[in-house]
Amino acid sequence: MNQPVLSIRNLCVDYVTDDGNAHAVNKVDLDIYPGETVGLAGESGCGKSTLAFAITNLHSAPALITGGEILFKGQDVLKMSDEQLRQFRWAKTSMVFQSAMNALNPVIVIGDQLIDVILAHENVSLAQAKQRAEDSLELVGIHTSRMQSYPHQLSGGMRQRVVIAIALVLKPKLIIMDEPTTALDVVVERDIMDQLYELKEKFGFAILFISHDLGLMGQIADRVGIMYAGKMVELGATKDIMAKPQHPYTKGLLRSFPTIFGPKVRLEGIPGNPLNLLQVPDGCYFQERCERCDQTCIDTMPMLLSHSLQDTHQVACHKVSQGERL
Amino acid sequence: MLNHPVIKFIRRFYRGNTAAVLGSLIVATVIIMSMCASLIAENEPNKRVARGHQPPSTELLLGSTRSGKDVFSQVLHGGRISLLVAFGAATITTIIAVVVGISAGYFGGRVDEFLMSFTNIILVFPQLPLLIILAAFLGQVGPLVITLIIGLSSWAWGARVIRSQTMAIRNKEFILAAEVMGESKWRIIFVEILPNLISIVVGGAMGTCIYALMAEAGLEFLGLGDPTIITWGTMLFWAQSNAAFVVGAWWDMVVPGAAIAIFGGGLALLNMSIDQISNPKLKTGAYIKTWRRMKAKVDMQRAQS
Repeated sequence: MNQPVLSIRNLCVDYVTDDGNAHAVNKVDLDIYPGETVGLAGESGCGKSTLAFAITNLHSAPALITGGEILFKGQDVLKMSDEQLRQFRWAKTSMVFQSAMNALNPVIVIGDQLIDVILAHENVSLAQAKQRAEDSLELVGIHTSRMQSYPHQLSGGMRQRVVIAIALVLKPKLIIMDEPTTALDVVVERDIMDQLYELKEKFGFAILFISHDLGLMGQIADRVGIMYAGKMVELGATKDIMAKPQHPYTKGLLRSFPTIFGPKVRLEGIPGNPLNLLQVPDGCYFQERCERCDQTCIDTMPMLLSHSLQDTHQVACHKVSQGERL
Repeated sequence: MLNHPVIKFIRRFYRGNTAAVLGSLIVATVIIMSMCASLIAENEPNKRVARGHQPPSTELLLGSTRSGKDVFSQVLHGGRISLLVAFGAATITTIIAVVVGISAGYFGGRVDEFLMSFTNIILVFPQLPLLIILAAFLGQVGPLVITLIIGLSSWAWGARVIRSQTMAIRNKEFILAAEVMGESKWRIIFVEILPNLISIVVGGAMGTCIYALMAEAGLEFLGLGDPTIITWGTMLFWAQSNAAFVVGAWWDMVVPGAAIAIFGGGLALLNMSIDQISNPKLKTGAYIKTWRRMKAKVDMQRAQS
């Protein structure tokens, strides 16, 4: 395969608290290739959003990136100067946050907010910037007459699309979407995702898609990473993960929501509670909630490994390494 | 005992918070020393115990006044009245400001209009001249009247600040949710809204406390208070009218002045540290020091590699 647009190596992010440091992202590796959609799933508090924030080096106290590298086309984001970072953000990697529609300034018309982004990063005339802004609004299906609207005059779905338009306007190589459609109903969600996909075909950017909606993720992502307690526990092609999940946590996740087709099965969910990151065990982080836990799991931490030579499907589980069929 | 929530809270408050420790120590020391004035100071504050303007010595710790009274004893006894006035005025001010501010902000409409026009009228009076005129008009006023004058005239700013903050909170979803759940207006005001205002209410109260201390001293220094009652203000007044500095008796003036400055400084430190607790977004807790240390280390490693 070609060079990854973004490669995360051994990334650690800690939250510093009075009671010790919580490793919210713990030695995570991830590559994102051009034009690819990578999904990131896991329960609340597993470090998905923390990872996303780290990519653009947006963390402020009490979060701290304690180790690792984030290479964007070979350049380490964590070593960039403030000015390099300012140019990198949005022009190379843009973000759509959770409840992104609140990212719009309520007292500035949306057209000006789009134009601002263009003028901040590119040396173009105001007329050109305006033209570009109108184009990108049309891309997401909003009529250009809305340029002079204030955010509160638009519906939630429209605002979300405006934010996506702003994320696209500089044609970045990577867009990080942190639960971009959580606040929307499924019809609008579908609408937006379809548009996004058309745009992706057109411009060829990569997407890091963070969500706990595995159904949506199954449809749109090329590869999926599953995180648990700050660790990447399983990473592989979407169809592999959906059809043949290996890690007990992934299995639990997939068992936790119903399928539309097929026979009725009783939903099981995952017993227990998420791990307290201030009191982590020595071995596998999932041991307390795993029904197949044994002494190896308690003693040593499993590594994220692929289990056959050309397999891109990686799992961090001793049981899978030992060849046990779960 | 050590796990009692109150103790836990106190421990969390003081941990890594130098300003809080220092401020509380200063304020507590001043209050305790004033309360135990008659135990600590041997001499009666009003009794002539030495010749006039004796410098500080082992016998008279802080010297004597022109009329031969013990300055040490006076500053301790005077502190009682000065502190009472300061805390009393701050209490009155805070209560009025909270009641007016929250009512105006929460009920809005006519109530708001009426209360705010009244507040605005109070607000446009220049305060110190008003105090001076009132005090002069009422004759040489005692500490109680000074407390009332300061307390009743300095709540307007606080009320306005609390009103605008209340209005901001009033439109948040959790207030709407409380209304939908059928909670009573009083519960919404005291349980839902008031805790969100703690930081500005306490900050305002401490600020007023400092202001009242100064205003009282100012009024009495100008001779508008009752000069027979010993407070830090009247001590300054007597020192000034006896030309203490001119004749070289600096202690007569510096001691009450320093008492005011130290206590005011202690309150200001305490105010700052309460802000840190009640407003976690200021990010000034103990963990932030750990964070800075770790960040410096990581940055250094990154620069080397």
